[in-house]
Amino acid sequence: MTVGLFFTEEHEMLRKSIREFAEKELAPHAEEWEEQGGFPDWVFTRMGELGYLGLHYPEEYGGGGGDYFCNIVLAEELARSGSGSVNMAVAVQVGMATPPILAFGTEEQKQKYLVPAIKGEKIACLGITEPNAGSDVASIQTYAEKVPGGWKVNGNKIFITNGARAHFMTLLARTEKTKGYKGMSVFLVDTDTPGFVVNRKLDKVGMRASDTAEIFFEDMFIPEDALLGEEGRGFYNIMWELQGERLIGAAAAIGGARLTLESVIEYTKERVQFGKPICKNQAIAHRIADLATKIEAAQSLVYICAWKFDHGEYPVKEISMAKLMAAQVAFEVADEALQFMGGYGYMMEYPVQRAWRDARLGRIGGGTDEIMREIIATTMGLYA
Amino acid sequence: MNLVVCVKRVPDTAESEVHIDASGKDIDKSRLSFGINECDNYAVEEAIQIKERLGGTVTVISLGPKENDEVIRMALAKGGDEAIRLEDEAFDGGDGFAVAKALAAAIKGLEFDIVFTGALADDDGYAVVPAALGELLGVPHATYVKKVEILEDGKRAKVGRELEGGLLEFLEIELPCVLGIQTGINEPRYASFKGIKQAAKKEIAIKSAADLGLDPSEVGESGSWAVLEKFTPPVVGEMAEILEGDPEETAAKLAAILKEKGLV
Ligand SMILES: Cc1cc2nc3c(=O)[nH]c(=O)nc-3n(C[C@H](O)[C@H](O)[C@H](O)COP(=O)(O)OP(=O)(O)OC[C@H]3O[C@@H](n4cnc5c(N)ncnc54)[C@H](O)[C@@H]3O)c2cc1C
Ligand SMILES: Cc1cc2nc3c(=O)[nH]c(=O)nc-3n(C[C@H](O)[C@H](O)[C@H](O)COP(=O)(O)OP(=O)(O)OC[C@H]3O[C@@H](n4cnc5c(N)ncnc54)[C@H](O)[C@@H]3O)c2cc1C
Repeated sequence: MTVGLFFTEEHEMLRKSIREFAEKELAPHAEEWEEQGGFPDWVFTRMGELGYLGLHYPEEYGGGGGDYFCNIVLAEELARSGSGSVNMAVAVQVGMATPPILAFGTEEQKQKYLVPAIKGEKIACLGITEPNAGSDVASIQTYAEKVPGGWKVNGNKIFITNGARAHFMTLLARTEKTKGYKGMSVFLVDTDTPGFVVNRKLDKVGMRASDTAEIFFEDMFIPEDALLGEEGRGFYNIMWELQGERLIGAAAAIGGARLTLESVIEYTKERVQFGKPICKNQAIAHRIADLATKIEAAQSLVYICAWKFDHGEYPVKEISMAKLMAAQVAFEVADEALQFMGGYGYMMEYPVQRAWRDARLGRIGGGTDEIMREIIATTMGLYA
Repeated sequence: MNLVVCVKRVPDTAESEVHIDASGKDIDKSRLSFGINECDNYAVEEAIQIKERLGGTVTVISLGPKENDEVIRMALAKGGDEAIRLEDEAFDGGDGFAVAKALAAAIKGLEFDIVFTGALADDDGYAVVPAALGELLGVPHATYVKKVEILEDGKRAKVGRELEGGLLEFLEIELPCVLGIQTGINEPRYASFKGIKQAAKKEIAIKSAADLGLDPSEVGESGSWAVLEKFTPPVVGEMAEILEGDPEETAAKLAAILKEKGLV
């Protein structure tokens, strides 16, 4: 038990329950969902029933009233499903697309979107990235033009997780024809709005059970009350919540790395070459020791950031470090695990290849490694 | 319905290597994880489902140290109402009969219609507690129960017991009674976060042997009929032969034996 510094008995009970749920209800389907390129909606509704989609949200909206560590526990233990895809889809739902609703939404918006999202009845997606604006969020071009009674939106989003199946999108668009950070706003858009067009579901290297969409807005009219938060403050509001998203992403990556390392350790104990289990070669044992050390270090950093975040601090630099390190460690663990399995690691019939493909995204999604370094360097004053 | 469910915390030995410890009377548990005994998990679920259908309360009882609170609280999180933990040095080293005596003493003070236990424990596998508990409480009992249906008058239950090959034997049993629950009777739920938060606030009543009106000599090792002497790995003897060598050799030896005995 890790009860003590960061976790209470409640967290540990939650951990146990989510782990059991992930291992019994999700893990047996991980491969099948991977092949089908999607997982069923019941995962959301079931998790909603169990309260797992609203752990940190206030009870008045159907949430659990828990702290930020509840979501860390969720991300770590959902990794036990063996499906990075499910973990990512859930992270988008609870940690990315909906926090701005609680933070900036009106009561009606909370009732209309947050409450059903917590129940798992409405699936959410977050629309920031565009073909010409990935790392450089400030260069987005999707434009919401003020028209009588609301806005008319034109533009294009890409790489949108849950995009092909979501009921609503938390959308970042430009509301002034300016450039740069100012003049952007956030909207809540029902995906059945005329003009919201899912152009295609993208074919990915990993995370194949999570749907990723390219979406077009074609003269899409949305009403006044679709605006979330203050007009013109969109960039700042979204950037604020990206910090939480990055921590959850980091926790999920570490959870996945732990699972991968645990299973490859079993493999190295069983696989005999040159008359002994391969883990008895120092060349292997020391690398396992290094990987375990890195996991522990990355996890500690995630916990410390989560603690600060939970206590109202806003440690952008450290969160960027945690995201950078967790993503790198997770991929390194998967890559080494594949290596320790030799030719078998390279075969589709063993799950390590899936972990390897899934983990690769961590260094790109939610802000690339380079962008994390850029934030760290900037906050260190290196460019000042 | 007033329902009582007895739960045990056991080491998870399903996927770990098990070694006998230095005392020879126990296994080394230092690297094992612990959790609720598997059958007991189904027993908890059965009790909660009956409560949800017919109303009433579920009282969770466990004998053991503070660590057992973990399994008690999980049962509370799933829908249990009250909890009692029996803790006393005097309970140490007890066999199934001695454990049943302590549980019976705790249950006697409660109103109950059905007492649920697991059919057997994953660690020692004695399967004694439900039957002994029924006898000590002076009520009917059935074990390996895989179906429970409360009859309309609320005074009897139709109970299906699992026999060899999955056959069910049905019997009618009068309430109050003790039922030893078999795995697979239902689908145990996962604790919701709401349940977990409520469970964290509930009180677990701690009772010692004296609180239960038991003399220390009646319980624990001194109150046991069977005393554990030691664990041993299977001895190589007339009935057992352990094949040695690399896989090719052992496979060849095994094949030879099977052939020789006319088993293939
Ligand atoms: C599977 C998947 C799911 C996603 N889900 C979502 C989602 O739900 N919602 C959403 O809005 N977005 C989502 N994204 C988008 C993701 O956030 C972006 O892919 C990511 O931010 C990188 O942007 P880009 O792909 O345009 O790469 P680019 O920005 O073009 O970057 C290309 C390379 O250049 C580097 N680079 C860029 N700028 C700098 C710099 N200043 N200094 C040094 N190097 C630099 C990058 O690090 C990278 O290595 C998802 C992406 C993927 C792959
Ligand atoms: C796509 C593909 C094509 C192939 N084609 C052919 C082919 O045409 N013909 C053919 O004969 N074979 C072929 N192979 C087999 C290939 O040569 C073996 O996979 C490779 O030699 C590794 O053996 P292994 O997979 O059994 O891994 P293992 O030998 O089990 O190794 C597992 C891990 O343990 C490490 N390890 C093992 N021993 C030690 C040690 N003493 N000290 C430190 N580390 C150790 C290894 O480096 C590896 O990381 C192919 C394999 C693949 C994947």
